[in-house]
Amino acid sequence: MSEITPAARQTKQIEIDSHAINFGPQHPAAHGVLRLILEMDGEVVERADPHIGLLHRGTEKLMEYRTYLQNVPYFDRLDYVSPMCEEHTFVLAVEKLLGVEAPPRAQWIRTLFAEITRVLNHLLNVTTYALDVGAITPPLWGFEERELLMEFHEAVSGARLHANYFRPGGVNRDMPAGLADRIGEWTEVFPKFLDELESLLTGNRIWKQRTVDIGVMSPEDALAWGWSGPPLRASGIAWDLRRAQPYDKYAEVDFQVPVGRNGDCFDRYLVRLLEMRESVKIIRQCLQKMPAGPVKLHDNKITPPPRAEMKRSMEALIHHFKLFTEGFHVPAGATYTATESPKGEFGVYLVADGTNRPYRCKIRSTGFAFLQAMEHLAKRHMLADAVAIIGSIDIVFGEIDR
Amino acid sequence: MSFWDTDPGHLILVLAEALALLVPLLIGVAYLTYAERKVLAAIQMRRGPNVVGPFGLMQPFADALKMIMKETVIPSGANRALFLFAPMLTFGLAMIAWAVIPVNAGWAIADINVGVLYLFAISSMGVYGIIIAGWASNSKYAFLGALRSAAQMVSYEVSMGFVIVSVLLVAGSLNLTAIVEAQRTVWFCIPLFPMFIIFFISTLAETNRSPFDLPEGESEIVAGFFVEYSSMSFALFFLGEYANMMLMSGMTTILFLGGWLAPFGILPMLGPVWFVLKICACLFVFIWVRGTFPRYRYDQLMRLGWKVFLPASLLWLVITAGVLLATGTLPVPA
Repeated sequence: MSEITPAARQTKQIEIDSHAINFGPQHPAAHGVLRLILEMDGEVVERADPHIGLLHRGTEKLMEYRTYLQNVPYFDRLDYVSPMCEEHTFVLAVEKLLGVEAPPRAQWIRTLFAEITRVLNHLLNVTTYALDVGAITPPLWGFEERELLMEFHEAVSGARLHANYFRPGGVNRDMPAGLADRIGEWTEVFPKFLDELESLLTGNRIWKQRTVDIGVMSPEDALAWGWSGPPLRASGIAWDLRRAQPYDKYAEVDFQVPVGRNGDCFDRYLVRLLEMRESVKIIRQCLQKMPAGPVKLHDNKITPPPRAEMKRSMEALIHHFKLFTEGFHVPAGATYTATESPKGEFGVYLVADGTNRPYRCKIRSTGFAFLQAMEHLAKRHMLADAVAIIGSIDIVFGEIDR
Repeated sequence: MSFWDTDPGHLILVLAEALALLVPLLIGVAYLTYAERKVLAAIQMRRGPNVVGPFGLMQPFADALKMIMKETVIPSGANRALFLFAPMLTFGLAMIAWAVIPVNAGWAIADINVGVLYLFAISSMGVYGIIIAGWASNSKYAFLGALRSAAQMVSYEVSMGFVIVSVLLVAGSLNLTAIVEAQRTVWFCIPLFPMFIIFFISTLAETNRSPFDLPEGESEIVAGFFVEYSSMSFALFFLGEYANMMLMSGMTTILFLGGWLAPFGILPMLGPVWFVLKICACLFVFIWVRGTFPRYRYDQLMRLGWKVFLPASLLWLVITAGVLLATGTLPVPA
């Protein structure tokens, strides 16, 4: 019988160190400047800690020193993947405070371009999401289509990306002749492209294995985390601001709101694909129902007079000068205006104090709500799944960091 | 007794043979990168390289030149010796394996009678280069990549082994020339079709190609085991990977597609040409797969290897052996 040595009696303590991976900001799958501290147990994510702020530009503060009109371009630069939809929210908020409404044709054009922007956004998201999961071809196909859409942007605004096209009281200028036909032709071709894209992904076993049951979000949790947009609908909640509180002409178009069932990465992908098909439907209806008429309010205190008139009328010249130096004054008041941006509920809380500049503008970015649920989604998943999850929640840092 | 039968003469002959094989091989590797970029471009509705030279044909050389001109960066935390050794090992192994590949009847540098075993051994050693690179880089991404790669290569070699065994059973020899000759009547890809598929998919995994490119999974671990490499050390890995692709295509061709044998007896004198064409066809599928499929996840890859391919190849091996025994067609060495 040997005596147990005191050393052997002590419980041996080994410290197991989970290793942390610094995922981003310079990482091919970090979607911009996401910095994710991943604590890993081998390949399994134990903790995901998203760090934000690397693209913070102080937009909200800057806006307080610009006139309302000068503030519109800031919105292009928030979610730079869906610029016109962001403008849309701000423009609607200003219109609400001004107590004006854009003429019908302007509203139709805005609806049309909001949907074109939605397709732009979803194309980028779905295809780069596929790239994150390892399929290298979809992004290049998608970018080909995006190029066509950006040409539509360019046709109306002169810019492919940062359009700065919507204005309080309408849009900057009417669509050029022939553009409606070109968009109409595109709506015929685009569903075929979607079919092709789906042939690469939807039925693909590897794609399904990588996305089905990954990053599941229950409807309750999705609401609790403040989700909205396609990810919320993928979790099974049919909440779409275009349907729930229609703005511009959404009440007059017929479209479906696709809803998922499982709330996993695959459903988020499917919902976006279906939404693109619905957007095409809306675009067709916009083209059919769009009446002729003015594209901006005929109130030269808010919208600039036609250039030709400025050559003749002193009053028009003064209006133009005042509008582009001082800007218009917005009566004191506050509004929370939200629209269904491609990513979800994008809101603007705008406080006006009666001057020509906003007193305060708080922007409710969509992606922030998705990103804060990152740990909830990625916990106990593998590293590769974390990448798929980041792709599926469609984050763009321009709007998260503002 | 002429000069060529003496020892120095023999050495010169072997060196000349090696050179005659390696130079076209390296040019082939260079143009494989070009072909990959062109084929991927076609899949993705792009043009691919088209600026350097006619149709961009000088692009591989421009790339090589660029690689040579770059500085080799060695991370401060890295183990210098191993860090530099790893790419050399990978590249060297990818070249050495070609010694036994018969390009035509009798056209092999070393027509040894355990050719298959030699190939298998060399391709198994390829994992060392990757593990050493991952470890020596002293980087988390590289380390994860190396671990993935080690697990992956080991798993897929097991089922590849069974596939090769079934080919050996049918051919009755370990000599690669004999294996090709045994396919005079019918290429093995027809009677052993499931094995052919398993083998081809395993070669994708063995060479770390998409959809099994986890060790370098770009969107997860950036470039995996060679994330810290630059310049020629990177180029050696790159060349090694592509040479391995060609090697694996060569193995597929020899084991299943009848090596240099002409299809339907068309122009049988063009053996090497047929051999190269078959390799090209395999390589095209390599690239095609890369353009089409998403990437597997680490655990799914292991599941596929151990739970699907291993039992399937084992079962088919037993069936093959049973059929050969029952029909009395088991080849008996003379």
